[in-house]
Amino acid sequence: MQDVVQAVSNFINLDAVTIIYLFIVGFVGGLVSGFIGSGGAFVLTPAMMSLGVPGLVAVASNMCHKFPKALIGALKRAKYGQVDVKLGIVLGISAEAGVLYGAHIQENIKKAFGDAGSNLYVSVAFVVILAIVGGFILRDAWKTYRAGNAHEEEKATKLAKWVQSINIPGTMVYFKSLNARVSVLFTIPLGFATGMLAATIAVGGFIGVPSMIYVLGAPSLMASATELVIAFVMGLGGSFKYAMSGLVDIRLAMIILAGSLFGIQLGAIGTTYVKPFMIKVVMGLIMVIVLFSRGLMVPVYLSQLGLIQTLSEGTVKILKTTSFAIMIAALLLGAFIVLKAMWQGRKAEELQHAKDVLEHGKV
Amino acid sequence: MSGYNKNVRKKKPYGNMIVMGIIAIALYAALLLNQDVINNTFGKGGIYAFLPIITAFVFSYFHGAFTGSFWTVLGIEAAKKKREVK
Repeated sequence: MQDVVQAVSNFINLDAVTIIYLFIVGFVGGLVSGFIGSGGAFVLTPAMMSLGVPGLVAVASNMCHKFPKALIGALKRAKYGQVDVKLGIVLGISAEAGVLYGAHIQENIKKAFGDAGSNLYVSVAFVVILAIVGGFILRDAWKTYRAGNAHEEEKATKLAKWVQSINIPGTMVYFKSLNARVSVLFTIPLGFATGMLAATIAVGGFIGVPSMIYVLGAPSLMASATELVIAFVMGLGGSFKYAMSGLVDIRLAMIILAGSLFGIQLGAIGTTYVKPFMIKVVMGLIMVIVLFSRGLMVPVYLSQLGLIQTLSEGTVKILKTTSFAIMIAALLLGAFIVLKAMWQGRKAEELQHAKDVLEHGKV
Repeated sequence: MSGYNKNVRKKKPYGNMIVMGIIAIALYAALLLNQDVINNTFGKGGIYAFLPIITAFVFSYFHGAFTGSFWTVLGIEAAKKKREVK
């Protein structure tokens, strides 16, 4: 209860500038989420903290804007036939367990090594996972682009074909996105890992989407749309957990939601104009850039833990500011690529329409 | 607006946008004008946890409908040619 009272007294005052700032960050975050299935959250938590919102309230409020946003995004993309609800729910439930376990690990690390230890763990998780997964996705997107078969339908990977070929009686479920039956014994660990990552770095989609594409064999568009269902399930459970402790600042959550609902609709529309490999390009780029942002913070936490020479206050400030700026740059770059691809797609469509009209006229 | 968009068969959802927009603005006004009461109640935790969750659903329903119509009215819609999705 003590925490609750403290949290309530820590709800910040809102002025017009703060509201506009949160609205814009929400919009850009929503735009990227609508396109790749997740990805706005890692900027929102630090953005709120930079306004003086306590860490836990920022995490809780972020989560409480995430689930309604994901719901609207999922509904929009379901209209385009991109959502596999069953796969989303199956993965979402195991992701929920992953979130709880991930939060438990975080608490233990915090108890044992303090805030700096916990921050170091988060940053190292960021760097290692984003380097491996982000690098892999970018390489794959690059190969598709180089091979010139960006227009062709995506093929399932060898791993996905193997996963789809395994038959474990009693555990097989048909998923329409895979057009195959897959054992839930494969989906459970993937969902669990997604949830653990969500609890650690706030963006479970960086595991969820690539695992649906490369391990299960879902097309990129369906994987990123289905991730929104996972985010909804995870976010709803997580928000309720935090709300039980009175940590959600509903004003912050709803203001971010105001911006992000504009963004997520636009991002979802954007997916209908692009070639599927663009999902991988945007996701991979954001992951690799964010990796550098978090990498810069590693020395700060190492020095706080006394593992390396203490850094001067000025150096810490420069590293922190640069890290935050890189993170925002990553999100803006993602938003720029989405908008540009959409613009080009629309132009091409209009041109095609004009041609059709002309040809029709000739006949 | 291009000539292409003028050919869109469906009527633009102006009415929906306006009604949903007004409701969304009213919801936000109510939230921001009663910040203290809302924060005190929602921050109590326990069974009160349902309040922020319900609020989130209500806001997303009306504001989501508004933003959807907003982009449609602006002529920003999904690609006409249905993409092949397995």
